[in-house]
Amino acid sequence: MRTATRPGPRDDGAEALHDRALEHLTYIRDTMAGASRFTAVPGRGIVLIGVTALGAAFAASRTGSVAAWIGVWLSEAVLALAVGLLAAARKARSAGEALLSAPGRKAALGFVPPLAAGAVLTIAIGHAGRADLLPGIWLLLYGAGVVTGGAHSVRAVPIMGLGFMLAGAGALAGPPSWGNPAMAVGFGGLHLLFGILIWREHGG
Amino acid sequence: MTGVPDARPRAETAEAPAPREKALALDRLIHERLRLGIVSALAVNERLTFVELRALLKTTDGNLSVHARKLENAGYVACSKAFDGRLPRTEYRLTAAGRRALDRYLGHMEAIIRAMRRR
Repeated sequence: MRTATRPGPRDDGAEALHDRALEHLTYIRDTMAGASRFTAVPGRGIVLIGVTALGAAFAASRTGSVAAWIGVWLSEAVLALAVGLLAAARKARSAGEALLSAPGRKAALGFVPPLAAGAVLTIAIGHAGRADLLPGIWLLLYGAGVVTGGAHSVRAVPIMGLGFMLAGAGALAGPPSWGNPAMAVGFGGLHLLFGILIWREHGG
Repeated sequence: MTGVPDARPRAETAEAPAPREKALALDRLIHERLRLGIVSALAVNERLTFVELRALLKTTDGNLSVHARKLENAGYVACSKAFDGRLPRTEYRLTAAGRRALDRYLGHMEAIIRAMRRR
């Protein structure tokens, strides 16, 4: 461990003193940023996403074609994203924090790449005519995003992500008929369960 | 390192040294890099465990223990010990005196930078 030298009259010059003070301020800022957790995860927003996902699962189970099924879930994804962003922004604002603070940016950087991979795979799998794989892949990649993004958040978030990954693995291992129930359990049930937990423990 | 210590900064309450010496003594206490790291990390978290601080500051058990104890003795950090199941769990939090010391330190550093830029 490096021990910093105390600024004082015996320093070589003003420039050295200035640089040392600046270095210490940078160290404080970096330590604070590294130690901060992303706490703008909105409990109530996640609950609402769970409710809309259960609705989407019901609607998707009644569709007569693969295209309609995909359409229902893609609409739900857009709705969930909007709800999540609005709820997180509201919670951050009420806590006097910026949504894209350093921990918020780290959370976003962990969350977005698996989702982007999921979007690309959705197109590829759609072209390949293997829509039966989509529930497992969506759950798995969404879960991976929640785990990596949630690494800088409260503990419940990465645990929720692991739940999604397990649901995805189950959907991929099971017959195609498991797809929609797995989506309901994952995007509906897990969001509801962890949303309530986060709401109670860390606020809405 | 047991219990919640007196939140008063002992460096401030002992003997009442001359103002300049007092400021210098307080400065020395959190000027050391690891102690400054502990105080900075606790400033943005209500509490952190020993293990979390050790990982965050990338240091050893011995180093962290020694420096956390110094901060605790000064009343800047409060330490509490409990058991998580069968595992001991040591938690630290920043006291009001510790927060004031960090604020003073930040002010000191900013003043140095401002003064040097004016030259």
